[in-house]
Amino acid sequence: MNQSGTARVFSSPAIDQVGVVERAKRFTARSIKSQAKRQGLGMVLSMIDLTTLEGMDTEGKVKQLCYKAQHLHDSIDGLPNVAAVCVYPNFVGLAKRSLAGSGIKVASVATAFPSGNSSLEIKLADVSMAVSEGADEIDMVISRGRFHRGDYNFVFDEIAAVKAACGESRLKTILETGELGSLDKVRLASDIAIAAGADFIKTSTGKIQPAATMPVTLVMLEAIRDHFQKTGLMVGMKPAGGISKAKLALHYLIMVKETLGDDWLDPKWFRFGASSLANDVLMQIAKQQTGAYQAANYFAID
Amino acid sequence: MTQKNKHWNLSPAPESTGHISLKERYGVFIDGEFRMPDHGNVFSSVNPSTGEVLAEITESSSAEVDQAVAAARAAFTGEWSKMGGGERGKYLYRLARLLQEKSREFAVIESLDGGKPIRESRDVDVPLAAAHLFYYAGWADKLSYAFPNRSPRPLGVAGQIIPWNFPLLMAAWKIAPALATGNTVVLKPAETTSLTALKLAELIQEAGFPPGVVNVVTGHGNVGAAIVNHNDVDKVAFTGSTEVGKMIQKAIAGTNKRCTLELGGKAANIVFDDAAIDQAVEGIVNGIYFNQGHVCCAGSRLFVQESIHDELIEKLKHRMGTLIVGDPMDKNTDVGAINSQEQLATIEQYIEVGKQEGAEFYQPDCELPQVGFWCRPTLFTDVAQSNRRAQEDIFGPVLAVQTFRTVAEVIQKANNTPYGLSAGVWTDKGSKIFNMTSQMKAGVVWANTYNLFDPTSPFGGFKESGFGREGGLHGLSAYLEI
Amino acid sequence: MTVEESNKNSGENSAKSERLEVLKTYKMYIDGKFPRTESARYYQPVVNGSSLGNVCLASRKDVRNAVVAARSAQAGWSRRTAYNRAQILYRIAEMLEGRSQQFSEELVRQGLDVETAEIHVSQSIDRLIYYAGWCDKYQQVFSAVNPVASSHFNFSTLEPVGVVFTVASRDCPLLGLVSLIAPVIASGNTCVVLASEKCPLSAVTFAEVLATSDVPGGVVNILTGRIKELTEHFSRHLDVNAIACDGLEPGLNTEIKEFASENIKRVKIYHQDWSTEATANPYLIQDFCEVKTTWHPIEQISESGAAY
Repeated sequence: MNQSGTARVFSSPAIDQVGVVERAKRFTARSIKSQAKRQGLGMVLSMIDLTTLEGMDTEGKVKQLCYKAQHLHDSIDGLPNVAAVCVYPNFVGLAKRSLAGSGIKVASVATAFPSGNSSLEIKLADVSMAVSEGADEIDMVISRGRFHRGDYNFVFDEIAAVKAACGESRLKTILETGELGSLDKVRLASDIAIAAGADFIKTSTGKIQPAATMPVTLVMLEAIRDHFQKTGLMVGMKPAGGISKAKLALHYLIMVKETLGDDWLDPKWFRFGASSLANDVLMQIAKQQTGAYQAANYFAID
Repeated sequence: MTQKNKHWNLSPAPESTGHISLKERYGVFIDGEFRMPDHGNVFSSVNPSTGEVLAEITESSSAEVDQAVAAARAAFTGEWSKMGGGERGKYLYRLARLLQEKSREFAVIESLDGGKPIRESRDVDVPLAAAHLFYYAGWADKLSYAFPNRSPRPLGVAGQIIPWNFPLLMAAWKIAPALATGNTVVLKPAETTSLTALKLAELIQEAGFPPGVVNVVTGHGNVGAAIVNHNDVDKVAFTGSTEVGKMIQKAIAGTNKRCTLELGGKAANIVFDDAAIDQAVEGIVNGIYFNQGHVCCAGSRLFVQESIHDELIEKLKHRMGTLIVGDPMDKNTDVGAINSQEQLATIEQYIEVGKQEGAEFYQPDCELPQVGFWCRPTLFTDVAQSNRRAQEDIFGPVLAVQTFRTVAEVIQKANNTPYGLSAGVWTDKGSKIFNMTSQMKAGVVWANTYNLFDPTSPFGGFKESGFGREGGLHGLSAYLEI
Repeated sequence: MTVEESNKNSGENSAKSERLEVLKTYKMYIDGKFPRTESARYYQPVVNGSSLGNVCLASRKDVRNAVVAARSAQAGWSRRTAYNRAQILYRIAEMLEGRSQQFSEELVRQGLDVETAEIHVSQSIDRLIYYAGWCDKYQQVFSAVNPVASSHFNFSTLEPVGVVFTVASRDCPLLGLVSLIAPVIASGNTCVVLASEKCPLSAVTFAEVLATSDVPGGVVNILTGRIKELTEHFSRHLDVNAIACDGLEPGLNTEIKEFASENIKRVKIYHQDWSTEATANPYLIQDFCEVKTTWHPIEQISESGAAY
């Protein structure tokens, strides 16, 4: 069944989808007001991976994004920077230079993103290129076709190989949950990725619908929690795609807090993969400061 | 990377109480109008989270009970029984709509008066009450379809006595099927939680019901007894303790009164090693800490297959640690106030007995308010079937955990109780679910879920948990001669 | 023929008329066996001035033994398929048909006129067949799939209440008895029947029919005796789930209901003329059933995409 090394038996707890949806809905009933909201909105900003992953990406687009990452909204004092800028491997060097000194990480997708349909050699070369250009973080995709065939050892080995190729860079493993078909499979893929050495698990490429949802994220958070309870080791979580509103992002943070605890409320352990979320958060912060509801035209789009 | 965000705590998010209207004193609701007592015998309804007096409530006299029954009888023999089912239904529809329109006011009063979290009264009690009225409204002109080969007839005057744990919801559960089937009603809410029943009476007025169709008398147990023993009551419907249920059954033994009883429970919630464990944990929490455990069908006996016991208990404790206990009016509160000082004393006594019996005891380390009646979510592990906590209906947020090894063993233990209201089963295996759900001697069995209610879903117990059903088609026959 | 006549006529080449008649000992029926009462007491019911014979006077311990038998048989009986229960009820009818002559004569001995006796026997047979047919149908009539407003499959079905103590009709010794036993056991209940105090013979003979009809021992247990002696013992018995009373005087009904409240027994009181066809109906089966409602989540994933 597997072509490389030891056969592992992968089994994950069953997931009841209706129960997960109910639990996820419960987080959205939390009311986040005043000080908690201010603190939460700041956290959301600091956890954003500002992302551009388009075929038509240019140096100009990447430069603009890097500028935005460091100057979210200069008319508001004391805003944090975003956590990272996420680009294709060929823009890593540029992003690295543009963000020099800012503390903002550069993340790069790799491994034949977004489909992952290529040979291991090419995927590893992809990773090595991004790493050598200075990527702090690598966002890989798992081989969903092999996963659906039941080649769990293949999927595991591939993640482990990519992890080895990452060196000092942190590895985010994209499950592409929208292609997995059920929450049971999401849980299994999460467990495989964590066991294979992923530093983060991530929902989606952003190219497939549905992308991140609260139920999917909850299942992945529970996998992280179970791993932590068994081993004491922390793994990060990154929902990506579909989170564009501040209120929803705050509910994600409630979910992280109640599932994993306050230790995960840190850009080191939790990220939002999003492009338009930052502006909505900024509008909410401005509203809190001024008392007036904001309009999109007062916030720069990059 | 920038700041560390340790300890992100929710800020207070209190629901406003500014838009509700409460009178300082409530009379009884008889024949379509509120009557102030001439005897001056009143008592206070107290907010259990602050001790503050919300309103004065009338301690109904036997004369007032007589008047209420007489008004109900007159309404039954008069307009109400002559009215077509379709028209009757329209009154109920109207009532359901009015309740939806004023849902916020009802939710706030329910939480103020009973201590339950506003999230629950807002998202569960009030919408379910309205849904119940709406559901039974539609039955009013379709009764012959519910009973093949029969011509169902209403019974007459229904005396209905409801508990303090779901005051408005239980009022709706009682009134809706009674009226849809053409009966008239004398309702007595529990003495600690009369307000939403009285507010519902205001809505009945506003909806333009014929006078006397619904009458509300308030007071303590003797008022309930006066209703039960009244010669002109045709039907008694009671929700409450098994102890009182037995007294009622005995009291009416020499009469032809029809009776339905929805009594106590001591439900088994059973988790197998192949269950969806995180969802099971959630179900356990909903099963026992919903409404502070003041739920007759609460999953108070947890049976865990031994091979997953430690893992499940660790997860459960983690989840219990995220429950917010405190001000019922705060939108983030998960566990509110214990309904009364007496109930708190009962619960604390059981917890004391549990400690003495030697089971392992756990409560999360959450802060409690200074005033009011509070009990932290409580867990006892290493419990034996012969412990009192495993046998008696505590009616509080106290969970007793036992382990089991085999299917046969857990079936035997789960059914080893005089009660039979509800049960829960958690397993991912279909054939095991159907075996377990059919073996449970209980009126409601939740498989891979817990504590869900719906107007279309019949609710009621086996054995000493009572008889008769409320909800669904099966809830109609309690109010009909068929 | 009297005993004396029989003795007189007995001879070596005896004709039928010369033979000594073998008299029947009327025993009770508990757990598929025919014991005498443990108390060894008897009474002699008298109809139209003549004694019906020596009939067992059941004691409280007989009640206890019968309830134990009914309880142990209950789980097995209710787990039989509905089809199997239907066939067994049908088999009772077959056995009764074969003995109709005997039952008619016995009913006449107990005071019915010949025509009524024959009608009651026929109706009893037909009633068994009527309820045999219901065994695998009442569930479809009375169950429901409930359209709850959440993603759950929710259904309500009937389950037998358990052990039913049945006080049989005083004046309708066979038809009244059969008309209650059949709906009670059709759904999987087991029962203890107290036969008509006045006319107990049909009940005892019916036990012989049951014993030869593939009805498992303990499903129907038949006692004879005095209701007033036994009322407290069966009404307070905590392992009895329901009581069916037919045609008792009001004071006795009250007493039974008061005792029954000690463990919330379901008590059903009947006063009917069992010879009218309308008294046979599936609502009688429902009277001794509990409604069980089961919930289970329905996963929300469809061809239009997952909802997760």
